[in-house]
Amino acid sequence: MTTTTTGTTTSVSLGVRDVHLAFGANRVLRGAELDVARGATACVIGPSGSGKSTLLRTINRLIEPDSGDVLLDGRSVLRDDPDALRQRVGMVFQQFNLFPHMTVLRNITLALRKIRKLSEDEAMQVARTQLDLVGLAAKADSRPAHLSGGQQQRVAIARALALQPQVMLFDEATSALDPELVKGVLGVMADLSAAGMTMVVVTHEMGFAREVADMVAFMDHGVVLEAGEPAAIFESPEHPRLRRFLAQVL
Amino acid sequence: MDPLSTLWETFFDWDSMREALPDMLTVGLPNTLILAVSAALLGSLLGMLLAIAGISRSRWLRWPARVYTDIFRGLPAAATILLIGVGLAPLGMEVWGPNPYPLGILALSLIAAAYIGEIFRAGIQSVEAAQLEGARALGFSWGEAMRLVIVPQGVRRVLPAWVNQLIALIKDSSLVYFLGLLASQRELFRIGQDYAANTGNQSALLLAGLFYLALTVPLTHAVNWIDRRLRQGRAVTVDPDDDGGLAVAGQVALPPETAAPQREDQR
Repeated sequence: MTTTTTGTTTSVSLGVRDVHLAFGANRVLRGAELDVARGATACVIGPSGSGKSTLLRTINRLIEPDSGDVLLDGRSVLRDDPDALRQRVGMVFQQFNLFPHMTVLRNITLALRKIRKLSEDEAMQVARTQLDLVGLAAKADSRPAHLSGGQQQRVAIARALALQPQVMLFDEATSALDPELVKGVLGVMADLSAAGMTMVVVTHEMGFAREVADMVAFMDHGVVLEAGEPAAIFESPEHPRLRRFLAQVL
Repeated sequence: MDPLSTLWETFFDWDSMREALPDMLTVGLPNTLILAVSAALLGSLLGMLLAIAGISRSRWLRWPARVYTDIFRGLPAAATILLIGVGLAPLGMEVWGPNPYPLGILALSLIAAAYIGEIFRAGIQSVEAAQLEGARALGFSWGEAMRLVIVPQGVRRVLPAWVNQLIALIKDSSLVYFLGLLASQRELFRIGQDYAANTGNQSALLLAGLFYLALTVPLTHAVNWIDRRLRQGRAVTVDPDDDGGLAVAGQVALPPETAAPQREDQR
């Protein structure tokens, strides 16, 4: 499965070291730390405004951290070309961010053709394979607006996977979905996790974090307060704020 | 002759119209179209540059775009056409010889660019920031993301306003006659005016007006049609067959031995 989902590239380990970021006086990240082993899935949980989504964006440098470091396979990526980095680190957003003026197929082939310089035929073949993996081969020629939210999110996942990333970031990928569509998207994410993709999943789905994640990190006020195996986090949380958070969401 | 039939003959003298018609069709109409279409192309190109400069993070691009727009949108078209056509005539002489026609196109383009720039800028800025983020996350540079994702969506949203500007251009092309056109360069209005001046009868001018209407009224309706289509295109219909992806999760995408662990209900 590893070869079909993640292509020929292999997953890498991910490290976030003492990352700080402030928007003016608002200190969003205050020394965030995260370690995700190669092929592991980390779920980041925490209250709204705790800096989870911002942390995710510093990993692929959609937002540049003020200080600290981001490591892929132990190597800092902060001096790399950010555009090249983002081809190694795929990202899926809460609002899907599909391009509404293009068909589903073209949403996926665009980067393959313009960045990877694949021919039209090669790009289409990769795109159709990826669409098939998320069960949407029949929707190739539809516009995103004609798909349900769950289908759109699965297209977004296929679009990111088509570039054969080494790490995948999920930013509340199911938060905008109707309840009955959540499971399908989580299922695709669980498959990807099982297939050995290194993943960081910011989520409010505690069931997913408990069942699928290898590691759960609890963020509050811009730092990871507690991290560990799901069983440890959910069954024997240590930090009082984590206990309070779990009491509210579970 | 009673006043009413005098009025009728002033505007609806068929013989005057018939006399002017060949020049209208073979000289006036092509010239009006050449002026309007070339100014539309050049104006849209300049307008796009102005729009990009207008949203740039660099003030050295933003401010000149702002000043340009204020000036060319704020001046009467007639004044701009005269200023460019006469003021740049020595320069134009070097390039095109004693021919005011290219300078007329240039002046029309510069005016149109100011309006079209604002139209495009509004369209581009109306595209959600998430679209740029989505494109950047795939590895596109800012320029590529703008060119491939943001600008096409932004322009699409303001097509009706853009077509309105083309209508204004067709009408404004009638002002180029200020610059003193050769007989073969006259556009619709000038030909109508010449016939009217020679005969003292306004019918040829009315005929010119009908030509303008024949060009602009269909465009007005095209605007409405585009607008309606864009609105309908944005409607969302949900696929009744959607199963939320349950059919594929853990089955199609994975062989059995690596299938995801069975999960309890996530909610």
